[in-house]
Amino acid sequence: MKMTYRALLGASVAACLSGAAMAETTITVATVNNGDMVRMQGLMDDFYAKHPDIKVEWVTLEENILRQNVTTDIATGGGQYDVITIGTYEVPIWGKQGWLESLNDLPADYDVDDLLPAIRGGLTVDGKLYASPFYGESSFVNYRKDLAEKAGITIPDAPTWDDIKAAAAAMTDKDAGIYGICLRGKAGWGENMAFLTTMANSYGARWFDENWVPQFDQPEWKAVMTDYVDMLTKYGPPGASNNGYNENLTLSLQGKCAMRMDATVSAGSLTDPAQSEFADKVGFALAPDAGLGKRANWLWAWSLAVPASSDAKDAAKTFINWATNKDYIALVASKEGWRNAPPGTRTSLYANPEYAALPFAKMTIDSINAADPTKPTVKPVPYVGVQFVAIPEFAGLATSVGEIFSAALAGQKTVDEALAEAQTLAVSEMTDAGYIK
Amino acid sequence: MSTHSSRIAARIMVAPSVALLLLWMVVPLVMTLYYSFRLYRLLSPDRTGWAGMRNYTWFFQSPDFWLAMGNTLALVGGVLVITVVLGTLIALLIDQPVWGQGVLRILVIAPFFVMPPVAASILENLFMHPQNGLFAAVSMALGYEPILYLQDYPMWSVIAIVSWEWLPFATLILLTALQSLSSEQIEAAEMDGASAFGRFRYIILPHMMRAITVVILIQTIFLLGIFGEIYTTTQGGPGSASTTLPYMIFKQAIVAKDIGRAAAGGIIAVILANIVAFFLMRGIGKHLDT
Repeated sequence: MKMTYRALLGASVAACLSGAAMAETTITVATVNNGDMVRMQGLMDDFYAKHPDIKVEWVTLEENILRQNVTTDIATGGGQYDVITIGTYEVPIWGKQGWLESLNDLPADYDVDDLLPAIRGGLTVDGKLYASPFYGESSFVNYRKDLAEKAGITIPDAPTWDDIKAAAAAMTDKDAGIYGICLRGKAGWGENMAFLTTMANSYGARWFDENWVPQFDQPEWKAVMTDYVDMLTKYGPPGASNNGYNENLTLSLQGKCAMRMDATVSAGSLTDPAQSEFADKVGFALAPDAGLGKRANWLWAWSLAVPASSDAKDAAKTFINWATNKDYIALVASKEGWRNAPPGTRTSLYANPEYAALPFAKMTIDSINAADPTKPTVKPVPYVGVQFVAIPEFAGLATSVGEIFSAALAGQKTVDEALAEAQTLAVSEMTDAGYIK
Repeated sequence: MSTHSSRIAARIMVAPSVALLLLWMVVPLVMTLYYSFRLYRLLSPDRTGWAGMRNYTWFFQSPDFWLAMGNTLALVGGVLVITVVLGTLIALLIDQPVWGQGVLRILVIAPFFVMPPVAASILENLFMHPQNGLFAAVSMALGYEPILYLQDYPMWSVIAIVSWEWLPFATLILLTALQSLSSEQIEAAEMDGASAFGRFRYIILPHMMRAITVVILIQTIFLLGIFGEIYTTTQGGPGSASTTLPYMIFKQAIVAKDIGRAAAGGIIAVILANIVAFFLMRGIGKHLDT
């Protein structure tokens, strides 16, 4: 009896010891509920097979709520997450604040030089990579080839705004419920202001001059807003001031938008016969320019980063290396086909002949490469970011400006009133925040 | 019959729960007050210190503030009028003995159990949508251009959506009151030759006054904080046309990450709610005494 006790005791001590030797590290990963991230969670068997000592817990949230949670956690040093999913807006700000752990020490097989230069630039502060891109996107024009043919027009691969206006006019058939162009009108820094900031870049307008003085009182912004309101009022769907990314994508999938300018990442849905009746009739073109040498395309990457407050940094980096490595892209392709591979992060993906054969691959990479976060517009600017200004105050300010511009689109304000109001608001906020002395 | 010492004992015994309740209410309020006087932006941790009245003056100087106040009161007032008037009419209607009364009542009450963002999405996308909505289809069938509800009449649309949600609640309470009215009284009035309107005006309505008061009081408390419906449909826009006070505070707290301003807005909202409550209690609270 006594012997059995001892044996049991010994066995359990041994079990404890061996358990301690293979200590499991648990990391908490906060991510957004987009298709590509949900797919990643389905492929975790591969990760566990390679790293049995790391356990991953998921917190999957809708974009706005994720942003809200992660921001609060990191700003208050909560230390709730070991890996967070953030965008190109947050990375430069948080990197500078010292809130993120540098990823310069990822292993060699991560192959940092394979990252697309534009994306890598957007995630680097002072030579340090602070986040690893999971998927990247720019914006481009998608249109219905059958309607263009019917209207007897061709849309060039690299159109100007005049081409776009002419095409929108030719294809609009409101009685048939076909609208020439769908653009974002819903207020928000990530909605209408993302689009309008890129359009402004191509028109030579900018948010701030070198001394952080807002520029809405300049003629370039007047030209942008006049054309924007004009195009959407004449050729856009009714109620455009309420349409954001999702609303316009739905209208496009229903075939109601002859043309739309939005994120490259929607190409997957547009060309998917299961989602769109016009899957084989979709044409793509680069974002337009106004002859000033800048195209109206943005640059965004959902990226994984490690907060400085994490207590499992090594395990977090191991996970990030797995999720954003070339091998991961190959894994998705082998299991779910190339169309579903996370786009827009690595040169090697676009060198792959199978991927390059997809109808949107070349346009996507050309659009991403055309964006330069360090020189977003024609004139010099004191900020980094293509469709945003990488300062903490931008999200609040641009959302308020977005509301004013949305009201102008709805016809509640004239373009002049809206611009004057935006200028007053921006000057007051920038003064309050200490940028304007 | 309580002695002096037993009363003291009773007070000592309830003291912990009273203290806990006080803490429960006072701590958040004091914290909000504290932050409302601080410079506190989550994303700019290097700028801190006392803000004085700046967070409050920002609100009063904001061009949206008075609009938001007006919208908040319009929302509360509009929904109250619609739900009480329609609620009374529907309650009178389904109080009549008809075939399938039980099922009918459940159907009338059902919208109340739809969650606010869901209800708002349904009305926005299936009814008010300018391309896919039912109202647009009806107008087009009649040969008219579809009305852009959320763009041209944003505040009316929000009021309509919220009314749709709260109408069943009002109906339910009013119906219950109606059913407690003795039929003998009505029959007696009928025999005395009182008209249908007279019966309603002098018997039914006074009888329902208490229930109406309850509906108004309870709804006001909830309607002052309406947020989800605006967030899902108009996002406070176009421009600031449908921004209410809670939505304005949300924008400062969540979009701008300015805790100081949001706290100041919260205090302003508390004051507004108290003013409304004061007038409500004085104006209609007396019906509760009878």
